[in-house]
Amino acid sequence: MNEIANWALNTAQLRGAIYVDARVIAHRSRAHSTKNGKVGGAEDSESLGMGIRVIANGAWGFAATDNLARPSVEAAAALAVEVALASARVQTGPLQLTQEKPVVAEWTTPHRIDPFTTSIEENLTLLLKVDNELHSVPGVTLTETNMNFDRIEQWFVSSEGAQIHQTKFATGAGCAAYAFAGNEIQKRSYPNSFGGQYQSKGYELIEELKLLENARRVGEEAVALLKADQCPEGTFNLVLDSSQMGLQIHESVGHPIELDRVLGMEANFAGTSFLTLDKLGKLRYGSDIVNVVADGRQEHGPGLGTFGFDDEGVPARCTPIITNGLFTGYLSSRETAHTIGETHSGATVRAEAFNRLPMIRMTNISILPGDAPLTKAQLIASTDNGIYMETNKSWSIDDKRYNFQFSCEAGWEIKDGKRTRLLKNPSYSGITTDFWNSMDAICSRDEWTLWGTPNCGKGQPQQTMGTGHGAAPARFRNIRVGSAFQGS
Amino acid sequence: MLPQSQAAAIFDSIRKLSTAGELEVSFSGGSSSLTRFANNVIHQNMTEESSSVSIRVAIDGRTARSTTNRLDDESLKRALTAAERLAKVQEPDPDLLPMPENGGAPTSVPSRHFPATAALTPQDRAQGVGAIVNIAKKHNLTTAGIYSSTEGFEGIFNSRGLSDWHTQTLAEISITMLGDNSSGWQKLNSPDVARLNPEALAETAARKATESVNPLDLAPGKYTVILEPAAVLDIVGFMFWDFGGLSLLDQRSFLCDRVGAKLFGENINIWDNAAHPLQAGPAFDGEGMRRQQVQLVANGVISQLVHARATAAKIAKSEIASKVGPLHATGHGFSLPNEMGEMPSNIVFADPPNPQTIDQMIAGTERGILVTRLWYIREVEPFEKLLTGMTRDGTFLVENGKIQLGIRNFRFNESLLHMLSNVEAMSLPARACGEESFDMVVPAMKVRDFNFTETTKF
Repeated sequence: MNEIANWALNTAQLRGAIYVDARVIAHRSRAHSTKNGKVGGAEDSESLGMGIRVIANGAWGFAATDNLARPSVEAAAALAVEVALASARVQTGPLQLTQEKPVVAEWTTPHRIDPFTTSIEENLTLLLKVDNELHSVPGVTLTETNMNFDRIEQWFVSSEGAQIHQTKFATGAGCAAYAFAGNEIQKRSYPNSFGGQYQSKGYELIEELKLLENARRVGEEAVALLKADQCPEGTFNLVLDSSQMGLQIHESVGHPIELDRVLGMEANFAGTSFLTLDKLGKLRYGSDIVNVVADGRQEHGPGLGTFGFDDEGVPARCTPIITNGLFTGYLSSRETAHTIGETHSGATVRAEAFNRLPMIRMTNISILPGDAPLTKAQLIASTDNGIYMETNKSWSIDDKRYNFQFSCEAGWEIKDGKRTRLLKNPSYSGITTDFWNSMDAICSRDEWTLWGTPNCGKGQPQQTMGTGHGAAPARFRNIRVGSAFQGS
Repeated sequence: MLPQSQAAAIFDSIRKLSTAGELEVSFSGGSSSLTRFANNVIHQNMTEESSSVSIRVAIDGRTARSTTNRLDDESLKRALTAAERLAKVQEPDPDLLPMPENGGAPTSVPSRHFPATAALTPQDRAQGVGAIVNIAKKHNLTTAGIYSSTEGFEGIFNSRGLSDWHTQTLAEISITMLGDNSSGWQKLNSPDVARLNPEALAETAARKATESVNPLDLAPGKYTVILEPAAVLDIVGFMFWDFGGLSLLDQRSFLCDRVGAKLFGENINIWDNAAHPLQAGPAFDGEGMRRQQVQLVANGVISQLVHARATAAKIAKSEIASKVGPLHATGHGFSLPNEMGEMPSNIVFADPPNPQTIDQMIAGTERGILVTRLWYIREVEPFEKLLTGMTRDGTFLVENGKIQLGIRNFRFNESLLHMLSNVEAMSLPARACGEESFDMVVPAMKVRDFNFTETTKF
């Protein structure tokens, strides 16, 4: 594959490119699902292709092809240069990239069981057992399960001398039960909503998730929600479970810290950011106990944002984003790092596939757990006039990442330190920095989970990307609850 | 572009290797280019060429699919083997129908392939972007957006003799104009690039940006709103997943026990019509069945759903057979296997009897909000279709028949049942595109008592 990539490099340089990188990607995926006790889908797919990025005349160009015969690769490289020359017609100045030491390396996602060595029968048998257990609960009207595996083998070669071969695995699974009665539909999911939990791991994740052991409870909670009281509207002390914390971090920290957004590069689609450059090192993003990092390194854990090297060949690194509440870092690239006075990229450039342009994406954006021992039970026990919410149901935020409104599948009232009645349709809203500054407690390491969001969307043409978010349950004081139903 | 004849030859070669009782092969791909700009420069620019072969087999009532982008014999054989292996390990599905022999009555669809669109070069797109940037500079604004063009194909063949093929082009321009504390936006696409006027779109977006500077912080509440077509498209799009028959059988649709009921105002008439001249896409569904015209909503009444073949057959044997309106396959099924069944995807709103232009709606509004687009829309409550989201890129206070000034963006929490029961006026429908839903032919709408619950900081 390196030889194929070098055809692209040579052609592009002959045509005037001063920088070229080529990514050849072989992607294999398997997706299974069940619905109401039957197999819903069983699919296998594979793809192979190359994406070529060049700088010519001071501007970027990109071309991709799925035909790796030499004439096709060379034609794509030539086209990438033509595209760059067109870009150069509307420019104000040359690009400025950080100097990064070119690396020659191999990296593979640590895993115990290659998921593609497991039998399809084993996969489907588990899902059908989980589905049947969900459906055995009286009142459950629809059940769904899913299991997904991906293997991405990538060769990265650059005109600076980098040659990196990485093999990345991602595994995920989940289940959901719906209960419909009268004029209401309620849903409970496990271990997380919208497809479940995903990590950069092998099949061992499926074993760890204990889907079957949790299925009955999930079905029972879906049915119980039909009879639960509507979550009250008002101002409450809010306790969020670990998975909802992961979503909160993704939307109200992970996206606004993308430096390309800050610099206006996403203005037409995903939006911009309230984190203008003057706020770095100055803004009180959260309370003193809020500490967030962007960490793509293996030692952070098997998150969907874990890799050896990003798609510019830069080794994964850890960047402090919020330090004791102070805003301290962005997600940066070779092209953008200089705007914040950095001489090296933050190693966050990732592309969905061979035919998509690499861009700044979240890696693992995680809130660090509390230092002092604190379990979720203890957190709730120390809370009054509160609502505890679990599992995301809806998420919406404005295009600068200020005003958000999230809702969860289930909530529980907290009175005098005790979880009392179940609540349906819990929702909360706020302004990002006000919200994080109201956090006054976070559980410790034993309650911390590295969640995976497999489908973060960004870019034009749009790309989806897996991101990781480590989080523990936490409490926020005096939060507006229930505004979603205000006026309805 | 993969020619139809080459696709047919690939199908024949796969069929020779297949041991399955039935075989279906779908093809898709083409070339796609996108010039992206921000801060008045082209900062990303890409082009790609790719194709995909997707093989579905059916073996004794069991079906599975395998997809590859590699067209060599060895890769195709590997994909076929994977599909057969996936199928064989399953239990037979009593709801699986034999593959269709033909797609049903042909639908006459205007050509959606325009050579001028296919011929657009990176230089052509750069020239268009240059013109947009010049307009931004003229108004002391910064611009961001895209100019894209694609030439694509979709085709399907099965072992019972069905075959169909579709080629299409699409050009798209999306423009955001940004001031210090304001913004404006416009977006349009068409299979025919001649229908797109980048300068006109840029001037409109620029006007919205300049007219909304120093936005007023208005209190949230219930307002009369004038939603431009893109805003209508993005919010109403959230209900069409529920117009598939299987969603009622699964009891996940807000239309359960409501087909035949009047849920919206009498002025709401909605069709699914793949043949409409302002529509795009193929005239056949995931099984190769021809897409029929279906009136989904008639005078506010939920009149008909769409059904894949298997869904129609299953509902006919179920307890809801008499509760779903006309029941027959309509050609809207997803590619199998797919547990979601079907959905309408060529939405066309009927012309209203007394259409008003947006300017006329503004002139007739004592106090209201003009909304350019809606953003980050998500479903809060599925049965009343309560949705939340934000306004964005050009939100204005209208008073005494005139646009007065820009306002800070609102968050809304609004039920589609409530919204579509309170439409006071509509424009003639036009092709529109947004970001939250698929392209449609929709009107602008004036709606009373639209529920804004919060304001953001800009």
